[in-house]
Amino acid sequence: MRHSTRIAVGPVQFRIGSDWAAPIAALDRLYAGYPQDEARPADATVRLFAARPWRRWLRPSVHIGGDFVVPDALPLPLSMGLLAAEMGMNLQVALGWRRHMLLHASAVAKDGRALIMSGESGSGKSTLAALLGEGDWRLMGDEFTLIDPASGDALAFPRAVSLKNEAIAAVAARVDVARLGPLLAGTPKGDIRHLIPRADAIAAMHEPARPALLLFPRFGGEASIEPMGEGEAFVRLTEASTNYVALGEAGFAALTRLVRETPAFGISYPDGAAGIALVEQLWADAAR
Amino acid sequence: MPDPAYRAAPPGALRFEPLGEVTAIFDRRSVQTHLVVSPMPEILEAMGAGDCDAATLAARLAARFDLDGVADVGAILNERLGELAAMGLVERA
Repeated sequence: MRHSTRIAVGPVQFRIGSDWAAPIAALDRLYAGYPQDEARPADATVRLFAARPWRRWLRPSVHIGGDFVVPDALPLPLSMGLLAAEMGMNLQVALGWRRHMLLHASAVAKDGRALIMSGESGSGKSTLAALLGEGDWRLMGDEFTLIDPASGDALAFPRAVSLKNEAIAAVAARVDVARLGPLLAGTPKGDIRHLIPRADAIAAMHEPARPALLLFPRFGGEASIEPMGEGEAFVRLTEASTNYVALGEAGFAALTRLVRETPAFGISYPDGAAGIALVEQLWADAAR
Repeated sequence: MPDPAYRAAPPGALRFEPLGEVTAIFDRRSVQTHLVVSPMPEILEAMGAGDCDAATLAARLAARFDLDGVADVGAILNERLGELAAMGLVERA
C-alpha cells in the first residue's frame, strides 16, 4: 500500500493502508490526539484499494480489504474513503477480535462505572452516547463495547463517533468545529460526519469501567421505561455480540454474569433531551 | 408401545445459569447455548445417571413437586423429553 497509518482505539491496534493519500490524511486528522504505540504489532489490518489500478485516477472507487472481507461489499467512491476506512475497521474488529466479548453497543462512564446501550442502527444509541459524552460523562464508545471475560469489566473503544443525519446538527451545535470531520453527504448510510471524542475520553481509553446499567434504547414514541428480565437481556446481547459464539464458554460466562449483575431496561424516547433525562433518572437509581 | 427411555448428558457436559425465569444452559460438547424455562431444568436435574423414561421421571418429579391434578403427566413429560433430545441435551437410550 502506498499510504498507511497506525491507529490505536482502546485495546485494538489498527494498521490501515490505502492506494490513495486522502483517506489516510483524513484518518490522521481524526486520530491525531490518540495515544500511539508504534512498537506494538497491529491486531487488525484494513486495506483500501482500487478495484483496478487505472481506477485509482479514473472514477476512483474504494474497495475494503483486510484480514476479513465481505465479498459483496460495494465499492465506495473515493470521496467516501473515510467511511470505507471506518467500515473496514469495524469489520476487522467485529469478525476478528477474540480477547474480549464484543458488544454492538455504545457506552459512557461515570465514576468508574459504565452505562452500556445496545440497539439496532437508528435506535439512537450512538447519538445518546455522543450527547452524554459532551456532558459530565466519559464517552467509551459509540459503536462497540468490549467486555473482559476475566473481570467482567467494560473496556472502551472510543473510535471517532459516526454521527448520522439529524444527529449531525444536534451534536455539531454543541462542539468546537475543530472536533468535526468532513461532511460525507449521501453515503449508503445517509449523511455522516465524524466527531473526535473529547481529549479526556481519549486519554482514559485504557481505563476499564464496571458495568452498572444496561439500556436498550428505541428512538420514537412516548418516553417510557420498561424493566427487562435477565433472560431477555441475555438474548438481546447474544444477538448484539459479534463474537459470542466464537468465545465459547468464556462468552457464556461473561454474558450471564453481565446480565445477572447489571440492571437492564428498555427505553423509548421522542427526542435527545427526553432520552438523556431517562438515562439520568435510571442512572441515579442504578448508581445508588 | 412402551415410552422411550432417555439418558442425561454426562456429568460436566452442561453448565446451568439461572437468569430469572429462564435458565441458560451451555453445552460444552456442542458449544451451543440453550435457553429453557421450567420444567426443563427440573427434568434435566431429575434424569439421574441411568436410563430414564417418562414414568420414572414422573415418579421422581412427584416426590419433589406437587403434580396432583396434572392430567397426562406422562404424555407431557414424553413430549418435553423429545424436545430436550432434539436440542441434544438428552439422548435416546
